[in-house]
Amino acid sequence: MAETLLDIRDLKTWFKTDDGMVRAVDGVDLRIDRGETVGVVGESGCGKTVTARSVLKLIDMPPGRFENGQILWQGRDLIPLPAEEMDKIRAREIAIIFQEPMTSLNPVYTVGDQIGEVIRQHENLSKKQARDAAVEMLRLVNIPNPGKRVDDYPHQFSGGMRQRVMIAMAMSCKPKLLIADEPTTALDVTIQAQILELMQEMKERLGMSIMLITHAMGVVAETCQRVVVMYAGKVVEEASVEALFGNPRHPYTQGLIRSIPRVDRGAEQKQRLEAIPGTVPSLLQPPTGCRFAARCKYVMDVCTQAMPPLKEAAPGHFVRCVL
Amino acid sequence: MGKDQLLSVRDLRKHFAVKGGLFSREVERVHAVDGVSFDIGKGETLGLVGESGCGKSTTGRCILRLIEPSSGEVTFQGADVMRMSGEALRALRRDMQIIFQDPYASLNPRLTVGAIVGEALEIHGLAKSRRELEERVVQLLETVGLQPDHMRRFPHEFSGGQRQRIGIARALAVEPKLIVCDEPVSALDVSIQAQVINLLEDLQEKFSLTYLFIAHDLSVVEHISTRIAVMYLGRVVEIAPSRDLYDTPLHPYTEALLSAVPIPDPTVKRKRIMLQGDVPNPIHPPSGCHFHTRCPIARPDCAQRDPVLRESRPGHWVACHYRG
Repeated sequence: MAETLLDIRDLKTWFKTDDGMVRAVDGVDLRIDRGETVGVVGESGCGKTVTARSVLKLIDMPPGRFENGQILWQGRDLIPLPAEEMDKIRAREIAIIFQEPMTSLNPVYTVGDQIGEVIRQHENLSKKQARDAAVEMLRLVNIPNPGKRVDDYPHQFSGGMRQRVMIAMAMSCKPKLLIADEPTTALDVTIQAQILELMQEMKERLGMSIMLITHAMGVVAETCQRVVVMYAGKVVEEASVEALFGNPRHPYTQGLIRSIPRVDRGAEQKQRLEAIPGTVPSLLQPPTGCRFAARCKYVMDVCTQAMPPLKEAAPGHFVRCVL
Repeated sequence: MGKDQLLSVRDLRKHFAVKGGLFSREVERVHAVDGVSFDIGKGETLGLVGESGCGKSTTGRCILRLIEPSSGEVTFQGADVMRMSGEALRALRRDMQIIFQDPYASLNPRLTVGAIVGEALEIHGLAKSRRELEERVVQLLETVGLQPDHMRRFPHEFSGGQRQRIGIARALAVEPKLIVCDEPVSALDVSIQAQVINLLEDLQEKFSLTYLFIAHDLSVVEHISTRIAVMYLGRVVEIAPSRDLYDTPLHPYTEALLSAVPIPDPTVKRKRIMLQGDVPNPIHPPSGCHFHTRCPIARPDCAQRDPVLRESRPGHWVACHYRG
């Protein structure tokens, strides 16, 4: 049995707003084992990003707060951890990369300074040594001419190159887990392919795990071993990537997969897209029953009365549906 | 040009000046659109795909003259669009509408939905009375799947998908023949994206519309288009019937682009053609074939000679010296 790195239990991250409490993450369980790539998928507002940021405690509190739950990192709960301890985790064990690298890079420092700063946080190096290490990291992520580019500023890089810089920075502390929050969403498709390949390469080299937050089912199918589908702050399905795409059990997952046009299908198989009617419910006052009930084509009376539990429908395949 | 052509574009160019220096002189030029030609037949959907900065959106806007092209010809129903002005141009815009990517940025936040959709009806004098105007607006909202009482609400009260429906209702108000759809579903979640794509298909059938569908998402474009034109750095590199392009891409760029699209099925394993590097700067595009710097099959003369778009098989055009 693989070693569990991250074990999130019944996590509730809520936000206080003028209109009331927004239950962005409302009882999420999620486990990541060593060496595994787990996809967390769902549409805007499903809570996938808040879940990811909760792990590193990157949520502004207030307005946010941990209402309930545990975030066990190698058995230790991160929620009560003091700030200094948390800094050590961020510097050495869990790294994160974001969708828009430009907003996470400081525009007034060279990329070499920024990578060097991260390295110096956990290794006792001189400025010169840190710069050399930064060059090495840039070479590792295939940035051409790293010896020269190390002195460039973020705006001098293209979108794909900036994401490489972010990956270099994240990798420089040799983390055990990389949280990638929509890392390729802002990139063109040919550049996306390059970045996904690079992440795979880094994963193999360092033996790390990846938590990949995305809305793109295609990206999940090609990179993950296990998938967690979220809807309106809840996990609705969890399975191996083969089981999820081969035999999706939750009506929401089925809808998600069928609503995507497929380029690999011939004209004879081309048909009308299966759209999911309606929109996601408000997380201010989420419905009492199943949160997908209002959009579900199989809805029954019981669905609106109580939230169905996440049950194991087949070994390793969990689904939150009464069907 | 066949008699069923609605729109014909010939050698369209748009250069943007990059200004600098003491007196803001033009120091360089961005060749955003660099000699684009295509036709769109009545009732057809032509997909225009390519990555950021390839000039697809600028092409769409030049056709409507929302951006003035630097040179080239645009013919709509036999009339020369480039020479139009005043009343003729206004009449043209009744026939050609546009839907934008971000429906929020393109809807006036201070106007009610009724006023937004009704505005064009008033401008073009398409309603005789207040009552007729209101009836027409209600009818349009219902056509795009919104409720009649939505007309008294403001854009911020709607979700992204609903806002895009408002944008579509506004475009439909003047009963256009051609709609330029500029990344209409890119900002939407997949389940909502499918709703809007289905709506666009229904409307096309109902009102015999013609679409120029601009998008970067190849799977969406393949789904909705009759024919597809692939752009790279301001030029069309390949045009073919949709299925043909996907089954037998000829241009190496098209091939790489298609192989990079992730397939939502873990059992499908494909060989990916990995392109090296980034798209070059359009201020200094590579000489000869613009793609030669990243092309896996480039030969020395590709850097010298511009490839021309030629018909390799019936209806399938490609601009490559060594393919097709």
